[in-house]
Amino acid sequence: MSKILSKPKSMKDSSTHYCAGCGHGIVHRLICEIIDELGIREETIGIAPVGCAVIAYDYWNFDVTEAAHGRVPAVATGIKRVAPENIVFGYQGDGDLAAIGTAEIVHAANRGENITIIFVNNAVYGMTGGQMAPTTMLKQKTATTPLGRDQKTHGFPLKVCELLSVLPGVSYAERVSIHSPQNIIKAKKAIKRAFQNQIDGVGFSIVEVLSQCPTYIGLSPEDSVKWVAETMIKEYPLGVFR
Amino acid sequence: MAKKVLMCGNEVLAEAAIMAGCRFYAGYPITPQNELPAYMSRRMPEVGGVFIQSESEISAINMVFGASLRGTRAMTSSSSPGISLKQEGISYLAGCELPGVIVNVMRGGPGLGNIAPSQSDYFQATKGGGHGDYHQIVLAPASLQEIVELTMLSFDLADKYRTPVMILGDGILGQMMEPVELEDSVERTADSEKKSWILDGCKGREPRKIRSLLLEDGSLETFNRKLQKKYTEIKDKEVRCEILYGDDSDIMVVAYGTTSRISRNAVEKLRSKGKKIGLVRPISLWPFPEKELRRIAEKVKSFLVVEMSCGQMIEDVRLSIDCKKPVHFYGRSGGGVPTEDEIIKEVEKIV
Repeated sequence: MSKILSKPKSMKDSSTHYCAGCGHGIVHRLICEIIDELGIREETIGIAPVGCAVIAYDYWNFDVTEAAHGRVPAVATGIKRVAPENIVFGYQGDGDLAAIGTAEIVHAANRGENITIIFVNNAVYGMTGGQMAPTTMLKQKTATTPLGRDQKTHGFPLKVCELLSVLPGVSYAERVSIHSPQNIIKAKKAIKRAFQNQIDGVGFSIVEVLSQCPTYIGLSPEDSVKWVAETMIKEYPLGVFR
Repeated sequence: MAKKVLMCGNEVLAEAAIMAGCRFYAGYPITPQNELPAYMSRRMPEVGGVFIQSESEISAINMVFGASLRGTRAMTSSSSPGISLKQEGISYLAGCELPGVIVNVMRGGPGLGNIAPSQSDYFQATKGGGHGDYHQIVLAPASLQEIVELTMLSFDLADKYRTPVMILGDGILGQMMEPVELEDSVERTADSEKKSWILDGCKGREPRKIRSLLLEDGSLETFNRKLQKKYTEIKDKEVRCEILYGDDSDIMVVAYGTTSRISRNAVEKLRSKGKKIGLVRPISLWPFPEKELRRIAEKVKSFLVVEMSCGQMIEDVRLSIDCKKPVHFYGRSGGGVPTEDEIIKEVEKIV
């Protein structure tokens, strides 16, 4: 019997700390497969965010740093500008990118920095205990919206791809989801394009990945996937925005 | 060959940084340091470096973080309110043991304050500023020529100890012009090959990580002890101060930066009248010249600390000498600058 599937070289041989059913493991693996396929592991510098993925460097088998909360695009800018030969990507969650780091992402995008951003949107803060994220759905109950998110006091779900799509500095912005195998395959294609763009010097690329957080959505892994498919995608339509 | 130039302090600092091999600068406009980024925007492309006008002070310091972890000598500059915003990033530089040079051309505070010169960020600069158990080296030039020397030294110290270094100036030093000699031949470049810890892709080696999150039981305490060991070494080796009339003075004026220049004139005038007055000028504010002051405290009757603040460095003077001699204070705040006559009057009061 021949082995047809093995762990990507870009992935360390360790088990993750993520909760059962969490989407981070899938997105991590997609990134690692792509880095292997593009043959860029030895040129890559990854940037982990503050949030559940903060210790991604324990899972990724290439150079990784960790940025202060929300500052991934600024750190990526600093690295890429002094070393255009490196492949620089940032991995950010919804609190990191769309709340505390809004200025950094908008301006890195607007400058058209030749970097790749993978934005995992699971509609809730995970690491700190399930608080409202900028991308939390209306009526969604969280630790800080116990009666559900109400636009009158909490504002509306923030649509990052739509927001960035009006910026001429953005080369590529696509929203994908990982709620089914077909969608995971599509997500991989999008992430690969975002890396290929950087190799080709095309400019700023971002892929927003809708993902599930069973623990703080308060559903089983199976139901949380359905929740992404049936509820989240209605608010956050999939597709290429730029 | 040295060339003599006439530039303002902010521009001199920028040129000295380039001479020191700085090839990345990010900054945000704020008065009174605007000549520095403007100069960098023109010079950096000429030397193959990077200039970015960032969207915020926070981004600027984090861009420095990125450039530095890739092995490039990197700098940002600002003035007081902007430096407050950079504190998060400075703490991360310290926590990740990354070199970086931060320039503070101090203005009046608190809050938006004003744009006049001040020395009221001494506490912030020397007592941490950001969160956590860390220090940064703080150097305080008193002339434009010294800006050149200390800027170049800052980059060397930042690399040597893998630590943030702050150059603490003020609006007068930033704006004033005086002739400066710049050595043509000293232009250095940071040799990233010598830095064994940088992230540049894991070709031919194991992957590296640069982070400040240490969750494993006891690991942060172990790391912080290691930092403290480094700080002890810096305290042993990197104290810099100038002492004037240290052997035969009854009263020692203690002042740094701009106020030390004014104090020096006051001291010389008093000396010409036969008064036994001297001057201690701390050049490194952290590490502070504790031993030097302690030694002097055995000979003099009292000290007079002069600052453009309501009294900040005075605490370090008192601590250094264990309150063994009276320490007087004269300070102006909110943009006020002490004059020679005011200082002379204060000394005469003590006498």
